[in-house]
Amino acid sequence: MSARDLSVRDLSVGIDVGGTNTDAVVLDDAGTVIAWTKQATTVDVTGGIRAALAAVLADIGSRRDDVSRVMLGTTHATNAIVRRRDLGRVAVIRLGAPASTDFPPLAGWPSDLRDTVLAGALLAGGGHLVDGYPISALDLDEVRRFLDGLGGRVDAVAVCGIFSPSFPDQELEVAAVARDLLGPDVPISLSHEVGELGLLERENATVLNAALYRVARDVTEALLVAVADERLDAETFFAQNDGTLMAVEYAARYPVLTIGSGPANSIRGAARLSGAENAIVVDVGGTTSDLGVLVDRFPRESTLPREIGGVRTNFRMPDILSLGVGGGTIVDLANGVPLSDSVGHRITERALLFGGDTATLTDASAVESPGTIAGHALPPLDKATRAALVAALSVARDRVESAVERMSLGRTNLPLVVVGGGGFLVPDSVSGASEVFRPERGNVANAVGAAIALAGGRADQMCDYADRTAAIDSASRQAIDRAIQAGADPRAVEVVDVLETPVSYSTRPTLKVSVKAAGPLARIEQRTDTPAPPVSYSTKGTT
Amino acid sequence: MSTTSEPLRLITRDDVAPLAAGAAVFGTGGGGAVHTTQLSVETAIERFGPVRLMTVDELGPDDAVILLSGIGAPSVGIEMLGATAQVHTLIAEVERIIGRPVTAVMAAEIGGSNGVAPVGWAASLGVAVLDADGMGRAFPKSTMISMNVAGLASEFAVMGDVIGNVSVLRTLDMEWLERHARAFTIAAGGIAIGAHYLLTSETAPGAVIEGTVSRAVHVGRRLLESADPVVDMADELGADVLAGGKVIDIERLTEGGFTRGSVTIQGIGADRDRLLRVEIQNENLVVIEDGEIIVSVPDLITIVDTETGEAISTELLRFGQRVSVLAWPCDPLWRTERGLELAGPHAFGYDLAYAPFVSRTAVAR
Repeated sequence: MSARDLSVRDLSVGIDVGGTNTDAVVLDDAGTVIAWTKQATTVDVTGGIRAALAAVLADIGSRRDDVSRVMLGTTHATNAIVRRRDLGRVAVIRLGAPASTDFPPLAGWPSDLRDTVLAGALLAGGGHLVDGYPISALDLDEVRRFLDGLGGRVDAVAVCGIFSPSFPDQELEVAAVARDLLGPDVPISLSHEVGELGLLERENATVLNAALYRVARDVTEALLVAVADERLDAETFFAQNDGTLMAVEYAARYPVLTIGSGPANSIRGAARLSGAENAIVVDVGGTTSDLGVLVDRFPRESTLPREIGGVRTNFRMPDILSLGVGGGTIVDLANGVPLSDSVGHRITERALLFGGDTATLTDASAVESPGTIAGHALPPLDKATRAALVAALSVARDRVESAVERMSLGRTNLPLVVVGGGGFLVPDSVSGASEVFRPERGNVANAVGAAIALAGGRADQMCDYADRTAAIDSASRQAIDRAIQAGADPRAVEVVDVLETPVSYSTRPTLKVSVKAAGPLARIEQRTDTPAPPVSYSTKGTT
Repeated sequence: MSTTSEPLRLITRDDVAPLAAGAAVFGTGGGGAVHTTQLSVETAIERFGPVRLMTVDELGPDDAVILLSGIGAPSVGIEMLGATAQVHTLIAEVERIIGRPVTAVMAAEIGGSNGVAPVGWAASLGVAVLDADGMGRAFPKSTMISMNVAGLASEFAVMGDVIGNVSVLRTLDMEWLERHARAFTIAAGGIAIGAHYLLTSETAPGAVIEGTVSRAVHVGRRLLESADPVVDMADELGADVLAGGKVIDIERLTEGGFTRGSVTIQGIGADRDRLLRVEIQNENLVVIEDGEIIVSVPDLITIVDTETGEAISTELLRFGQRVSVLAWPCDPLWRTERGLELAGPHAFGYDLAYAPFVSRTAVAR
């Protein structure tokens, strides 16, 4: 333990483990990037994290003792699902038969993923109607017989009961039985802790969560080992889908919540680098341009269900608009338009600027501003080729501009923050944006986003219209509890969003309320059982 | 209407996704999300085989057709999913009442999940699906059905819940049925299946809207397979694309918890400077431009994603979406005096005179 006073230990390290690069930054209390690095991601994850952490710590010298937090964002869980690697075998228990028997568990999954993940499924009695009346009796002996019958070939258990987000007790009972039977080393994933209403999507997410425990353990251990090796006395956190953080032990229990953290961190990081709390962010890469929106410090969320590796889930994910336009986009010289194809990371072999034979949008930009890529110049080009390149660049810029307009929701006072290697595709003035920022450290925006995140939690409830106040209160308390569990300072956590959606075709007036709470991370000495502050919130409609 | 619309004879697993996409378009913003239902129908066809689609002309003297529909809130329906035995229990009760086997089922409404689900129930029951429905779209009330327009009474209705409870309702008319069905649905946890309107070769002609299952599959297929889905789908539907634009305002008034509101769409591209307002309840009901009513219920109004052509339900409309508004004429049955009384603008609380929508592009074709 450092001899210094905790109050001056004001540095945070943000790490982003991507498929190709592992980036790290050190931020001071004012949010200034005081060190940054880009290292190659290694197969074992640990190597890349260790190298990135070592590089930034070397840069800050003796101030390393001021680092009190390390935050990590990663696409590792997503990649494991997409590549079907390192996934655990899951026993799936659904409570609610005879309801839902039309839909066997994991219906609609790609068959190879289902075969990898499914150890066995039980459709047991239990579950509740929307008003809490039981569907059928819960038979714990049936659950025991099922688990016994699997003969130990099980890495994790997933439990999903009908209307469990409102009535979680049965899932907890089943968890106790499973723990008794299988021992403490088999993790148990409960649907009411993972997702919201929508049985199949929540069950899918719960099963994915259970299948990801091993992957989560690898990544969380990689981070803990890297931090311990550097002898840092720092708390560790993981970034989650909505741009908030969770404590590392929480991430180990809910790995599936890290799945959308990459875009969320990118949006938050880019905006922070530009100083904005509300902004449109565009990340222009080699193949695509990805646009997102920051609203009151949080990424705007998409309300549409998302597929992960072919599996439908209902997580709240950042609302991202992806355009097939990037620095490596190939230009059709005959027609002067960008094609849907890109040379991708082979730009340094194939583009004209690098002596290749393929005209790209990067080459087009170099026609207009010869300094686009320092140290590289275009070969002599005929007039028609130059004209075609210029025309294609203009088409690409129009597409980006129209995407900005689309994301802006008609607000013209939002700044546009441009990050990514292909940022030159975005002109200095864009209709629909108040101004265009190109922050200096945009190349490590993801890592910055991880380092500045708040801790958060969320809860949903369906209720009679007449009971809405009570329902919002109860969902708010639950969301606040979850935020504190994720690491938020109990004294500063607050409800940041209340969404009420009327339920259509309901037999009586019904609402779905969805509450999100967030707050700054508790300092080590604050991590006590301080009671939560009284609930206060403002309500928004669904627009 | 396009010439590609040959009636289908058989619904295979590969037809389910187009049927679902098409049913969402006919849902005119309502009818419930189709995805979960699509999954159950695909699962049922995988287990029990493809489903025969019959035309009204093919009905013989021994045929007995019953209408089937899910009743209640779709957002409860995505949590408390259907039970395999549910429709069997229901049909067994129907057969006990009528004293002979049910040979085909029909969708009460082609719009939304209720246009898709009967195919899965038919697969599981081993019966045919009638290529017709009772609305040609989605409507929120059981009174708004073609048989009611044609003056046909339903002698009984049978309702069943996911748990296995069944109730037989004999009500004086459709208004009473609506009331009692609602009470059953509340007890059932907010969602139930109902069977009513026994149809035969005698009673079906003129009392149902024909060819709508085939039509939904064709529309859905054009939508899913086209490179220019909005234009091609409009062509298949005989619809006008009223405007392409973006959603710049959504107003939702929750009157005692029920949605009623409007969405404003600002034109872009060729429609720059235009402003459309769509009045919404459970479905899209009226389109207004420059203070004038362009289309109103019972004519069909669907808001689709400009890029993918997929229908967007009223619940999922969001600020900033790029959308196209499609409109096309309803079945002539709804334009009769009785049809308008049951499902015209007044029936939805709008104090406006109905003017039949005439498709400009369809006339040009």
